[in-house]
Amino acid sequence: MSTTATAPPASTTRSADQRRHKPLRSGHVVLQAFLILVAIGWLFPLGWAVLNSFRDYAYTSVNGYVSMGGWTLDNYIEAWERGEFGRSFLNSAIITVPAVLLTLFLASCTAFVLSRFSYRFNLTLLGVFLAANLLPPQSLLVPVFQAYNEIPLPPWLSSSESMLGSFLGLILINVAFQMGFCTFVLSNYMKTLPFEIYESAQIDGASVFRQFWQLTMPLVRPALAALAVLQTTWIYNEFFWATVLIQDFDKLPVTSSLNNLRGQFFTDYNLLSAGSVLVALPVLIVFFLLQKQFVSGLTLGSTKG
Amino acid sequence: MTRSQTEAEYLARLVPSSVAATLGRRTVLKGALGAGSLVGLSGLLAACGGDSGDGGGAGSTTVSLGSNESGTTFADQRQAMADAFLEATGTTVAINAVDHNTFQENINTYLQGNPDDVFSWFAGFRMRFFAEQGLIGEISDVWPLEGIPDSFQEASTGNDGGQYFVPQSYYPWAVFHRKSMFDEGGYSQPTTLDELVSLCDQMQADGLVPIAFGDSDGWPAMGTFDMLNMRINGFDYHIALMAGEESWESSEVKSVFEQWRDLLPYHQPDALGRTWQEAAQTLQQRQAGLYILGTFVNEQFPDDEDDLDFFTFPEIDSAIGAAAIDAPIDGFCMAADPDNAEGAKEFLAYLASPEAAAAAATTGLPFIAANTDADTSEYSAIQQKSVELVGEAENIAQFLDRDTRPDFASTVIIPAFQQFIGNPDDIGGLTKSIQEQKVSIFGS
Amino acid sequence: MAYETPGGAGGTVRGGRGTRAGGRARPLHRLTGADRAVVAAMVVVPTLFVVLLVWLPALASVLLSFTSWNGIGGLDEIEWIGVTNYVDVATIYPPFWPAVQHNAIWLVFLFLGPTVLGVFLAVLLDKEVRGSRFYQTALYMPVVLSLALIGFVWQLIYSRDQGLLNAALGTQIDWYGDPGVNLWAVLVATGWRHTGYIMLLYLAGLKGVDHSLREAAAVDGSGEVSTFFRIILPVMRPINLIVIVVVVIESLRAFDLVWVINRGRNGLELIAALVTSNVVGEASRIGFGSAMATIMLLISSVFIAIYLRVVLREER
Repeated sequence: MSTTATAPPASTTRSADQRRHKPLRSGHVVLQAFLILVAIGWLFPLGWAVLNSFRDYAYTSVNGYVSMGGWTLDNYIEAWERGEFGRSFLNSAIITVPAVLLTLFLASCTAFVLSRFSYRFNLTLLGVFLAANLLPPQSLLVPVFQAYNEIPLPPWLSSSESMLGSFLGLILINVAFQMGFCTFVLSNYMKTLPFEIYESAQIDGASVFRQFWQLTMPLVRPALAALAVLQTTWIYNEFFWATVLIQDFDKLPVTSSLNNLRGQFFTDYNLLSAGSVLVALPVLIVFFLLQKQFVSGLTLGSTKG
Repeated sequence: MTRSQTEAEYLARLVPSSVAATLGRRTVLKGALGAGSLVGLSGLLAACGGDSGDGGGAGSTTVSLGSNESGTTFADQRQAMADAFLEATGTTVAINAVDHNTFQENINTYLQGNPDDVFSWFAGFRMRFFAEQGLIGEISDVWPLEGIPDSFQEASTGNDGGQYFVPQSYYPWAVFHRKSMFDEGGYSQPTTLDELVSLCDQMQADGLVPIAFGDSDGWPAMGTFDMLNMRINGFDYHIALMAGEESWESSEVKSVFEQWRDLLPYHQPDALGRTWQEAAQTLQQRQAGLYILGTFVNEQFPDDEDDLDFFTFPEIDSAIGAAAIDAPIDGFCMAADPDNAEGAKEFLAYLASPEAAAAAATTGLPFIAANTDADTSEYSAIQQKSVELVGEAENIAQFLDRDTRPDFASTVIIPAFQQFIGNPDDIGGLTKSIQEQKVSIFGS
Repeated sequence: MAYETPGGAGGTVRGGRGTRAGGRARPLHRLTGADRAVVAAMVVVPTLFVVLLVWLPALASVLLSFTSWNGIGGLDEIEWIGVTNYVDVATIYPPFWPAVQHNAIWLVFLFLGPTVLGVFLAVLLDKEVRGSRFYQTALYMPVVLSLALIGFVWQLIYSRDQGLLNAALGTQIDWYGDPGVNLWAVLVATGWRHTGYIMLLYLAGLKGVDHSLREAAAVDGSGEVSTFFRIILPVMRPINLIVIVVVVIESLRAFDLVWVINRGRNGLELIAALVTSNVVGEASRIGFGSAMATIMLLISSVFIAIYLRVVLREER
C-alpha cells in the first residue's frame, strides 16, 4: 500500500548515477526526448484552455487564436457570475462530502465483516457489490427515476418534496454505485491486518463494533485516505445522474451545470475556457496536493500493503 | 385519430385575422412600469430561489417559475416581468432558469417530478400531449383573457376543451439577411424559388455563403423542412403528415427532400457540427448572405439589429402560394399540482397582459406580444414586420417539433434529417426508414 | 466519470512479496447475540443499498423492455408487447447498428491505441528514468478530469471555425460535426485520458513483479523486448485480464463525452447515448430504450463475470 506507482526520488538519482557509466547514452537521449514530447503533448490541451481563458474574445476573434495578446481576467469574472459557480460549487460540496463519507463508512462495515468472519456467502456478496459498480448506469435510469419520484421527502430535506431532484437522492445513488469498489479494496486491505491484534480485544470481551471502530478503522486509515481522495474526484466528476435526476438549475453540481451553460457560452470560446478551468480547478488542486493518495487509490490492492 | 383532427382544425383556424385587425386599434401604453423598479430585486429573488412553495414567509407569497431561457435576452425579459409583477401585486416570482435545450430535453422528467408552479412551454400538440397525460394544470378559469385573439385561445385549448396554456409571444420563421449587404451586392428579396436560386448563385459568385446553416442541435433543419413542405404540398398536407396520417414514403414527401437536396449546395457546409448561434455569427460577420430561422436570430445582432431584415420563404408552386408560415407561440402553463395555485393563476393572467408585454419591452429587446392590446409603438422594424407577416399569413404552423409527437420528433426526425444533411442522395432509403419508425411510434 | 471501472485488482500479482499476515477468519457462530445483530446490520444495510438502488432497477429495466410505456401515469398503463422492442431496435431503428459499430470501434481503438501506449509508457517509466515522476504526473493528470469537461477542453482544439487544429493545419474540417471524422476526434480526446489510466494500472502491476525474475532474464542475456514478452507479460496475466475488462466496460459505457458534444447523434451514436435519449427527454420511449439498456446489460455482464473470476479467484 505504501508503495505507489511513483518511483522514490532517491533511487532515481542513484540509477541515474549508475547510468552515466553505461555506454548506451544515445538510447537514453532518445528515451528522454520521446518522454518529453509525450508529456508536453499530454499537458497541452489543458494548457491551451488555461492560456485562452486569460484572453479577450474581441481580441482573439479578430487576430485568431494563434496569436499573442489581449490578456484579461474578465473571462473568469464573467464565467463565475454567469455560471453562478459560487452556488454550484456549494452544491458539489453538499453532494460530494456526505456521499464520500457514507460510502466509506458503509463499505468499511461490509469489508470488516467479510474479512473477519467466514461465511458461506462471503464471496457471493462481494461479487454482488463489485458487479454493481460495473453496470451501465443508463440501464438503471428509468426504474430509479420512477421510484425516486414516488418517494416523498419532507420539505426541509428536499425543496421538491420527493426524492427526485433532491441532494439526498443523488447522494444515495452515488453511494450505491461506489460502494462495491470501496468494499472490495477495504476487505482486501483488512485481510492483511495481523489476526493477533484482535486476540487481546476478544479476551477483554470487547464488542464486535468496538473492535471494528477502535482497532480496525485506525489501522486502515491509509486505505481510507486513498479511497477518500479517489471517491471525491469521481463523485465530483459524476455527470450522468446529476444531469437526469436534478431538474432545478439552482441545485446542479458544477460538472453538470457546465453543460447547462453551454448554450450561453457557446460562441465565446474564451469564456468557455475560463468556465472549464474553474470546473477543473478543485480536482486539479486535489490531484497535485494528494497525488500519492490518488495513485494508490487507483492501484490499491495490487500491491497488497 | 380525433386528436389530429382537432390539431388540424385548430391550426386551420389559427388565421390570426384578429391580430391584423387589432393592429389598427393600437392602444396607448397603459400602466407602463418604470425600469427603475427593476434594480435591486434580483438579489432578493436569488435569496428565495432555493425555496419553492409558500415557505410560510410572513405576508409575501411566492410563485415559482420554471423558465427555459437562461442568460439570453428572453431571460432578461422574464426577469423584468417577474419584477413588475412583484411591484404590482407583492407576490415574489422565483425564477428557476434552465438552458433552453436542456429544459426541453428534461420536460418529461421535470413535469413528472416537481415542476415549478408556472413553467414556460409551447402551444400546440406538445402542450396537448402533456395536458392529456395530466401533467399540466387546467386554467380555464383564467380565460377568457382580454386582448388575446380567439385563434390563440384555440391554440391554448386541450383535447378536453379546457384551457391549459396562456400565450405570451410568438415569432415567425423567415429568411433573414442584412440590409446593408443587399444594398452593396445589389440583391433583392426573392418571391419565387427561381429568384431565390438565382440570388444564391449571385451571392456565391460574390464569394458569400448563400445560406447560413447550423444543425448541431437538430431542430433548426426542421424549419427548412416545414417551409418546403408547406410550399410544395400545402399547409393541410403538412399538418396531416405531422399528425401521422400521411406516409413519409409518399411522393409528396420525397419531392420535399429532393427540393431540399437541390438547395443544400447553397447552404453552409458542415452544418452538423455548428450551433445556430455559430451559424448566425456568419451572417453577423457578413460571410453568409441569408439565414432561415426565427426572429430570435436578432439575439446574435446586439449592436446592429437595425440592419436585419427578412422575407418569407418564397413560393414554389403558384397554386399553393407562400401564405403559410411557421410562427410558434410561446407561453406558460401551470403545473398539475402547484404549491401556490392561486398565485400561479394570477401570474399566468398577468403574463398574457399588455402590462407584462410593456415590462418586457423595458429591456429594450424584441418581443412580439400575443396580446393585441399590447403597445407596439416601440416595436423595432423587425417586430413590426413580424406582426405584419403573421397578420398576412393564411395558415400558421407551430413548428415541426411542436406539431407532431415529441418522441417521433426527437428520436426519429432529428437523426433522419441529420443523416439527410450528411448524405442527401439516399432519399428512398431515408423516407422508408422514417415511415417504418413512424408506424412503430404512431401505431399506424 | 464516476463509474470508473476499478482497476485495483486485489493481490492478483504474486511476486513473492507480502505474504498474508494473518486474517484467518472466524466462524460466525462463536459470537454473542448482540454481536451477531451488529454483524448482521453491518452487512445488511449496505447490501440493501446495492440491491435496492442497483440490482432491482436493473431487473426492472429488463422487465420494462418487454413493454410499451411512455413513462407517464401509473404502472397500470404499461402494455406488454413481448419482444417487439427488440425487433424494432434491430430492424427499423437506424442509429442502433451504427451505435454498435461505434462501440466496437471505440473498444478496438482504446485497446490498440491508448492501452498499448499506456502499457508501453508504464514499462518505460518503470525503469526509473530521470524525471519519471514528472512524466507520470503529466500523463495521468487528465485522469482526474471528468469526461464531460474533457469534451469542452477539446472543443477549443477541434472547433471548425475557432479551433486550434484548423488554424494550425489551415484546414476547414468540422472535427466534432463531420460524421466521417468526429468519432476519431472524440476517440483521441478519450484516449488522452485513457492512456494515463492504463499506464497507472500497469505501472502498479509492474512494481509488484519480482525483480529477481528480471535479473534472471538479464543473466540469460535476453534483450529488453524479449524479456518483456517472455517474462513480464506472462507474469502480469491477471493485470492484463483486468486491463482488458476495464477497456471493454469503459467502451461499453462511453457516454459523457458524446453527450456533451451532440447528444450522441450524427456520427457519434453510442448505445448508452441512445438509451438516454430514448428514455429521458420529451421522447420517453421507455420500453424501447429499456430494450437497448438490456442489451447493454447482457454484454456487460459477460465481462463483469470475467472480471469477477479474475479478481475473486484468490478469495476462493
